[in-house]
Amino acid sequence: MQGQLKLKAARVLCVGAGGLGSPLAMYLAAAGVGTLGIVDFDVVDASNLHRQVIHFTQDVGRPKLASAEEKVHGINPNVTVRKFETRLTSANALEIFKDFHVVVDGTDNFPTRYLINDACVLSGKPNVYGSIFRFEGQASIFAAPKTTAQEAGPCYRCVYPEPPPPGMVPSCAEGGVLGILPGLVGLIQATETIKLITGLGEPLIGRLLLVDALAMRFREMKLRKNPDCPICGTNRTITKLIDYERFCGLGATAGRPEKSTEKPDTMPNALPEMTVEELKSKLDAKENLFVLDVREPHEYQICNLGDYGAKLIPMGDVQKRQQELDPEQHIVVHCRSGVRSAKVVDFLRQQGFEKVQNLAGGILAWADRIDKTMPKY
Amino acid sequence: MKIYLPTPLRPYADKRSVVDAPGATIAEAMRSLTNQYPDLKGYIYSDDGNVRGFVNIYLNDEDVRYLPAKMNSPLHDSDTLTIMPSIAGGSNR
Repeated sequence: MQGQLKLKAARVLCVGAGGLGSPLAMYLAAAGVGTLGIVDFDVVDASNLHRQVIHFTQDVGRPKLASAEEKVHGINPNVTVRKFETRLTSANALEIFKDFHVVVDGTDNFPTRYLINDACVLSGKPNVYGSIFRFEGQASIFAAPKTTAQEAGPCYRCVYPEPPPPGMVPSCAEGGVLGILPGLVGLIQATETIKLITGLGEPLIGRLLLVDALAMRFREMKLRKNPDCPICGTNRTITKLIDYERFCGLGATAGRPEKSTEKPDTMPNALPEMTVEELKSKLDAKENLFVLDVREPHEYQICNLGDYGAKLIPMGDVQKRQQELDPEQHIVVHCRSGVRSAKVVDFLRQQGFEKVQNLAGGILAWADRIDKTMPKY
Repeated sequence: MKIYLPTPLRPYADKRSVVDAPGATIAEAMRSLTNQYPDLKGYIYSDDGNVRGFVNIYLNDEDVRYLPAKMNSPLHDSDTLTIMPSIAGGSNR
């Protein structure tokens, strides 16, 4: 009963209502967490449904927040849901965090992960962390504040002082995502959240849990608080939230083409782009145009622009197969949503290809706006 | 000496998840690894030869950065090394 009352009094903020946030929100609602805050600004897409289980087929096209709230209330009408339909930024993070006891990181990109970490350290709130890549996951509790029971725990920066440069961030789309993996890791985060609230068991502080779903092996690494950590060490140099896009080498200021997510609506416009409508009219007009598809073969099998002569060279092979491309030709590069192709456009331009453009929104935009019969994934 | 490679590193190592890399110290075993798979070098090390800030190396379950001898720590046959870069996936693709 005492634990249940603690859960009822708890206010948990879940950043992201996607793969990790879905199972987390559902189980926290079922467990009786009193207040659940959710930050998300995305809309449900059919391609989300295999892993973002809080959203159903009939929710496609709806805001994820509305969909998630409905399911949470369906599971437990006594949960107070606080919706934040916004991108988490340096300008709003501390304000959003202030009413919550625990923050759960269910995001999918490095800038937001560093932002959540720093905002948790600055506001003294534990950061229940989980992340996945293909068949592997990681989980821990970062920035756990000092209590009577424990010393302050290491933060995300203690463990990973720097993010990978944009060119070295592997894309899940290159190999696909095992849909159940965010469920597994999201429920580890839910378990740790409930343990933090109730004080039960040994929290995952100072330990990094590694989940290998293919081997079904769970391993654990020791994490230490870095005395030189710029935000939680002894000589702190970061005392307020910074520009995380810039920190991660993203955005116009850093001169890199990649953005933090694969969402088409967040694509940068620094690189030469073409819309799917422009591409269609040029192809119909038989303009001399070469369409380069930089996705993986298994993606090509689902849908492609092969009828328009599109050539498949997966992103990882572009460098070594560069001689197959003609620098004099007008080339339009596409991938699924426009992120990988932007990297390739950037690379080819550095190699002296002048007439190369990125297809904004990728083949998803083509499926949405040109050929509605095309399967999406 | 077994070195475990996580998924993001496997494309640079013939898709292998475990590589045998002999060496009396961590640095030697790592050198053996990057000699076998030179493409890994650029991912793990920056141009100045230091391990990148988003890559951690663990000797068994200990972060090498916090071992007294760091990369020069001696290895035993039963030890394992794990290379673990940060990953960010979660809600999107």
